[in-house]
Amino acid sequence: MEIIMIVLAGILVSASVYLILSRSLLRIIIGTSILTHAVNLLLLTMGGLKGGAIPIYDKTIKQYVDPIPQALILTAIVISFAITAFFLVLAFRSYKELGTDNLDEMRGVPDDE
Amino acid sequence: MMSNILVLPIVIPAIFAIILIFIGKKPIIKRMVAFFGAILTALSAGYNLFYIMQHGIQFLELGSWPVPYSITLTVDHLAAAFVFTTSLLMIFIILYSYQSITVERERYYYYASVLFMLCGLNGAFSTGDIFNLFVFFEVFLMSSYVLMIIGGTKIQLQESIKYILVNVISSSFFVMAVAMLYSVTGSLNMADISVKLSQLNNHSIITIVAILFIFVFATKAGMFPLYFWMPGAYYAPPIPILTMFGALLTKVGVYALMRTYSLFFRTETVETILLVLAMLTIISGVIGALAYRDMKKIIIYNIMIAVGVIIAGVSVLTVDGMLGAIYYVFHDILIKAALFMLVGIIIHITGQTAYDRAGGLIKQYPLLGWTFFIAALSLAGIPPLSGFFGKYYIVKALLAEGHVISAVIILLSSLAVLYSVIKIFMHVFWGEEEIQIQPKPYKKMLIASIIVTLLAVGFGFYADALFPIFHEAALTLTEPSHYTQILEVK
Repeated sequence: MEIIMIVLAGILVSASVYLILSRSLLRIIIGTSILTHAVNLLLLTMGGLKGGAIPIYDKTIKQYVDPIPQALILTAIVISFAITAFFLVLAFRSYKELGTDNLDEMRGVPDDE
Repeated sequence: MMSNILVLPIVIPAIFAIILIFIGKKPIIKRMVAFFGAILTALSAGYNLFYIMQHGIQFLELGSWPVPYSITLTVDHLAAAFVFTTSLLMIFIILYSYQSITVERERYYYYASVLFMLCGLNGAFSTGDIFNLFVFFEVFLMSSYVLMIIGGTKIQLQESIKYILVNVISSSFFVMAVAMLYSVTGSLNMADISVKLSQLNNHSIITIVAILFIFVFATKAGMFPLYFWMPGAYYAPPIPILTMFGALLTKVGVYALMRTYSLFFRTETVETILLVLAMLTIISGVIGALAYRDMKKIIIYNIMIAVGVIIAGVSVLTVDGMLGAIYYVFHDILIKAALFMLVGIIIHITGQTAYDRAGGLIKQYPLLGWTFFIAALSLAGIPPLSGFFGKYYIVKALLAEGHVISAVIILLSSLAVLYSVIKIFMHVFWGEEEIQIQPKPYKKMLIASIIVTLLAVGFGFYADALFPIFHEAALTLTEPSHYTQILEVK
């Protein structure tokens, strides 16, 4: 099971790297969110994927899955959600101001200090 | 055992930042509240430092759960000194902002972002938990995104995109590295991880995780192959924000590298990688500092040189090397802030960023001129001033370990640093007057930058008095059992 998950995370990372290296800003943002998906999957996998009940206490259950990676992922998801939201608004604003979403054209603004 | 006072430098700025969000549009009140909040933070940080000097390393189990199971704040001498310096510097940056940040920017939560950043920085310095370190990294990174974009000029939009992209990627790799570390050790507490890794006897997976961590923190600190975002991104925002970034943000990367390297990854391979990267960082920083005519760019490349020097000191893992790195990092926080502030005043007065477009300022602004001169000499490390002790110890440690070429590179880099900054001084303050200068208010900016320069000079003159703290800090870094003792106290 871990092997499959690791391969899946690897595929996601390679897809995100490909997207991040493209020119369009929206593709780059899609790439970063895929990267965070891959990382969260990896975090889940690294905690171990052995069978067990969900980590809600019950007297009859002997074995639970590891609760720590789930808490970590929950934190990481919220953080990456906030950053993605900020990044998307930034992309929108810069499209309005700079008039392009091509990262190659985003250079050489004269300094306005 | 110290009660909850350790948490104050993190909580006070957060509370004041929340208050600042609710204060409406009166810039005067906002300034006062932010200033007061920064002073309170610095006082509590100073008290913590004083307490730790007398009683040794302090830790706090949040929620009173025993050590490996709770998030702990572990504050040793190094962390306490970092927290104190950061909080102190933030007071002067806020004072400096009064006249250099425009009212529109102040209206859109500038001071709230500054205080959230202070909260994140203090948290990152004093945490003892690796995932909590990630969270505090995100706290100050998120504030830094806001600060970098605030105002919304074209260059800021354009450079923020690159800055945020680089940091999102490196944060993802941080989570990946934490995941791998968790699967190897099964723990998140840094002291606990350190003990468990030392029982593993240099398994090769540790080297891989170490390289992942170096990748993450080197991106934050602006080290050799990963510095490409820094010159552009730091060029965009206004000067007080740039001061904060240049003086503090890169140093958190350096601090995290010091902490993780000394606690987790004490292998030969990692040492070689760090030393080589540090040398390449110095060389590329020197090339940049000599190549540009733009004052901001020159100082930005000087940050890279300093980061290289500090990492070179850290990499040898001896008491002397660490001592030098610690002296140099605090010197550099103060002097970089002073230089950015002074360059900011020059740009504010003349309206030019290239040094050869201004001239002859010394007649009208003698105080500014001589302060800049002292700051420049201090940056290069002329003996009675503050840059000397750090470099002395670093070079001594490198020579003791037989890294002669690295020591020579560091000494030569001082020459390049001096040349690059004195070049600004000679062009801007001497030479002929070319442009008409309209008088602009700059008193508060000058006061703040003179105080920071004096702090840097005082740091040089009283280096002797600070030796006990820094020596303890260096011992904790070279001998992890000092740090991991909190596990036994239970």
